[in-house]
Amino acid sequence: MDFSLFFPPDYSCHDSTFVKLKPTDLKDPEYFHKVVDCQYACPAHTPVPEYIRMIALERYDDAYMINWESNVFPGVLGRTCDRPCEPACRRGRIEEKPVAICRLKRVAADLKGDITSRIPRGPFPSNGKKIALIGGGPASLTVARDLAPLGYEIHLFDEQKSGGGFMRSQIPAFRLPEEVLNEEVNYILDMGVHKHFNTYVSSLKEILKQDYDAVFIGTGAPRGKDLPKLDGRWDAKDHVHIGIDWLASVAFEHREKIGKKVIVVGGGNTAMDCCRTARRLGGTDVKVVVRSPFEDMKASAWEIEDAQREDIPILSCHNPKAFVTENGVLKGMMFSRVEAVYDDQGKRKLVPLDEPDVFIEADDVLMAIGQDNAFPWIEKDLGIAFGEWDMPVVNKTTFQSTLPKVFFGGDAAFGPENVITAVAHGHQAAVSIELFCQQMDVHDRPNPLTNLFSQKMGIHEWSYDNAIVDDHRYNVPHANKELSLQNRKLEVELGFDMPTGFKEAQRCLNCDVQTVFQESRCIECDACVDICPTSCITFTTNGDEEDLRHRLTMPALNTTQDLYVSDVLPTMRVMVKDEDVCLHCGLCAERCPTSAWDMQKFLYNVSKASHVCPSAVV
Amino acid sequence: MSYKRPSFRHPGAAINEIGFHQKDYEGALSTLCAGCGHDSISAAIIQACFELAIPPHRIAKISGIGCSSKTPTYFLANSHGFNSVHGRMPSVATGAVMANRDLTYIGVSGDGDSASIGMGQFAHVVRRNLNMVYIVMNNGCYGLTKGQDSATADVGSVGKAGVPTMFSSIDLAGLALELGADFVARSFSGDKDQLIPLIKAGISHNGFALIDVLSPCVTFNNTKTSTKSYSYVRDHMGSTSIADFVPEKSEITATVAPGESKMIEMHDGSIIELTSLAEGWDPGNRLSAINAIHNANLKGEVLTGLLYIDAKQPSVHQLLNTTLKPLNSLNQDELMPGVELLERINAEFR
Ligand SMILES: Cc1cc2nc3c(=O)[nH]c(=O)nc-3n(C[C@H](O)[C@H](O)[C@H](O)COP(=O)(O)OP(=O)(O)OC[C@H]3O[C@@H](n4cnc5c(N)ncnc54)[C@H](O)[C@@H]3O)c2cc1C
Ligand SMILES: Cc1ncc(C[n+]2csc(CCOP(=O)(O)OP(=O)(O)O)c2C)c(N)n1
Ligand code: SF4
Ligand code: SF4
Ligand code: SF4
Ligand SMILES: [Mg+2]
Repeated sequence: MDFSLFFPPDYSCHDSTFVKLKPTDLKDPEYFHKVVDCQYACPAHTPVPEYIRMIALERYDDAYMINWESNVFPGVLGRTCDRPCEPACRRGRIEEKPVAICRLKRVAADLKGDITSRIPRGPFPSNGKKIALIGGGPASLTVARDLAPLGYEIHLFDEQKSGGGFMRSQIPAFRLPEEVLNEEVNYILDMGVHKHFNTYVSSLKEILKQDYDAVFIGTGAPRGKDLPKLDGRWDAKDHVHIGIDWLASVAFEHREKIGKKVIVVGGGNTAMDCCRTARRLGGTDVKVVVRSPFEDMKASAWEIEDAQREDIPILSCHNPKAFVTENGVLKGMMFSRVEAVYDDQGKRKLVPLDEPDVFIEADDVLMAIGQDNAFPWIEKDLGIAFGEWDMPVVNKTTFQSTLPKVFFGGDAAFGPENVITAVAHGHQAAVSIELFCQQMDVHDRPNPLTNLFSQKMGIHEWSYDNAIVDDHRYNVPHANKELSLQNRKLEVELGFDMPTGFKEAQRCLNCDVQTVFQESRCIECDACVDICPTSCITFTTNGDEEDLRHRLTMPALNTTQDLYVSDVLPTMRVMVKDEDVCLHCGLCAERCPTSAWDMQKFLYNVSKASHVCPSAVV
Repeated sequence: MSYKRPSFRHPGAAINEIGFHQKDYEGALSTLCAGCGHDSISAAIIQACFELAIPPHRIAKISGIGCSSKTPTYFLANSHGFNSVHGRMPSVATGAVMANRDLTYIGVSGDGDSASIGMGQFAHVVRRNLNMVYIVMNNGCYGLTKGQDSATADVGSVGKAGVPTMFSSIDLAGLALELGADFVARSFSGDKDQLIPLIKAGISHNGFALIDVLSPCVTFNNTKTSTKSYSYVRDHMGSTSIADFVPEKSEITATVAPGESKMIEMHDGSIIELTSLAEGWDPGNRLSAINAIHNANLKGEVLTGLLYIDAKQPSVHQLLNTTLKPLNSLNQDELMPGVELLERINAEFR
């Protein structure tokens, strides 16, 4: 017998003709940044898990300051953020619901102590530069916050009587109490910003004539859409209102009442704010009427729920046809019924149904069908190019317009978004303004500040709480419905109390504590593979990505999540980790005999204006 | 240190034919040293039982004493278990098998537990062909008592204590073949592709199935000079063939040319498909298996894979004509067949 045949060179199934994945480059900060799903999805890249841990440690001040650094309005956003982080949250991929990231931000804001000593306070040594900010919304306020401490003389213009923009004029007080908004707006205004309120800027040319080194335009999208050509639109115009104008008049207390029967036309968040405000101003029979099917409504699911909880029916697939008036008095509206038909590409068409029109009675109608930008005050000969839909041509990274000293941000830059997007724009515009004023290239952006450090404290001990709790998402309590419908300023959501905040915080998986693999230490014992609860780790021969994704212990089908691939190991295999459902539980590292796996905390801070010339920071 | 495994599993985790998740076959979080080969064998047992879709409560796991014998705590938490006395797993297993032939019996032992104190016990379950899979987690040392050389440590092998082994080693697979075992296999904790089909085949085998699994002790016997270390086994491992286990009922879609492959039908209708057979080795020929082991051992090689199988031999139940029903379900009529029958039996001796 020839026994050498018993010993084929094992593991040689490694085929060198294969296209192989290159080992993951951990020096690229974007790799681990992407693993922190919530932070990656947040437009301002708030270090979410870091502040959630602070909440669990009852360090609310620290939790607040981490937020304040990134998103400027933690108290406001903890109540009103559009929360793009939550659909991205990893927890939502391993159980039903994501971590209540947004409501935890509110916990930090509600339970913090006096943090005024940690907020930069002027007077700051001047850097000799002077800038104008047009519009006092979150975008402009963020620019002010980032640049005031660098010594800029800042002039803020707004046509309203106080700062905050749409956060003040549009978001109703029952969602965002005035004190919360005032506190966070004032942290910024108190840095020595020159306030020009009740001042409508009617000519940019006039502003440019003055000695500003740069101008930031954060005027939002202030024009509510109308249905000017609809039958009867102008026959009883005192009872037909543009939603956002009406909300502003309520916020500024110019208006305290509405008729009993109210129709709100539209299906977005503005419609939800309009109908709920109408309920509080005397509307007893308030209906939302929307063209699209219910499932396609633009409003966030939670805003719809809140409206429904206040007994507001939502009628879908009703297309506005006419305003019905009698002797100059509004009687209601006529709607035609439509049906949504989707083509092969999933594109929707609303097709009229062969059904009688529907008449709905109303004393008042609120139109919440969208907003447009409007720049009547920007002269066309200033060198600022306008493109499609009369929107200014703005660089998506630098926020610079075609006139180098003029920058745009927030809803004014690319159309209506939300507060957190306005903040993110503000940070980047501030970086550009600083670069521009220091005569540096605005395209040469400073790198994000990153840090990666081991959490190992002992042989099997970590400096983060790695146990995974099973708790489902906690609901926030609500104020008594009868009481809140009588008082438009009574906040509906009450926020988590301390114990619930702690329990919700414990649901976070600490996705910023990364599993870092060092192939030179690995003895290929399989311990990590065996212990991993969610089957993330596979040792196998290399291949191209598509092939590898299907060869793992559990196929890696979520292609938005990367594969972590090591260099070749002694058996000619590679370690492949699918990041998709890693719980960051640390068990792989605990069970590894050689510490080939380590749990390392990855901090990622978006570059801010203060990073352009670090020495300028006071 | 974590004392609990998170309860979440991969959202795409499959369920088996009888509606269980692999999680339902798991046990407590291991307290063995990180990187211990025994943990990988536990994981292989979990996966094999899940894939075979055995109801967990129809399995009994029986062990002796040692790190290896502790592992039943770390798998099959929903099964019956008996962690017995050092070297006495075979006796307890014998009792259990006699009492109830309907369960699947998994015996877990160590090289110390089987090749030293339990040597005599081991020999007798083999020759009686007791219905069980007997898994030896073989690390060449007494792990639990801090790594003394065991009887399977090779001459000259040097573990963490630093003293070369003086006495010649016992090859449990070779010994089982000599004692008449009908299912003998050897594997490596670090090669689940090989180990899992072997465990499945062993469970399906009617009678005694030995799987001697090399299972490095990371703490006391994973030195560069040990022949039971991860690197030594990997560098010196060869295999008789590639075994694939095809459960009963599934269609066989073998594409291997005849001569290169062999199908072995098991008692329960399942099939072991062997491919890339090593030249000169015949899975049904006891002598070729004994030869192969000896030759490999002489060269310091570790021969793994299915070494020998005869699926046709009667097990202890057929040999003893034991009752089909579990003893605890026998009623008075069956236990006391009555005076008439006694008379008849007595009459036969008159
Ligand atoms: C009803 C409603 C509810 C909303 N709810 C939410 C929510 O819950 N969460 C969320 O994230 N987002 C919400 N949004 C969107 C959010 O308010 C905006 O996206 C955000 O405020 C945009 O910020 P900004 O800084 O770009 O400008 P804005 O906040 O719009 O501020 C612009 C300011 O500029 C002033 N201005 C405009 N032109 C001039 C001029 N020529 N001279 C002087 N001043 C001028 C305006 O009066 C205004 O105060 C809501 C919007 C609406 C309409
Ligand atoms: C009767 C008896 N004698 C001695 C011991 C001490 N003892 C405990 S475990 C063990 C050896 C275990 O070795 P092995 O079976 O190889 O298991 P491992 O820990 O290596 O997995 C010994 C000698 C004992 N528990 N009982
Ligand atoms: S579990 Fe925590 S860290 Fe992970 S994505 Fe969700 S909130 Fe972020
Ligand atoms: S931390 Fe390690 S063991 Fe835990 S889920 Fe992630 S890869 Fe698996
Ligand atoms: S546990 Fe550590 S040594 Fe073992 S295979 Fe995993 S990384 Fe490698
Ligand atoms: Mg041992």
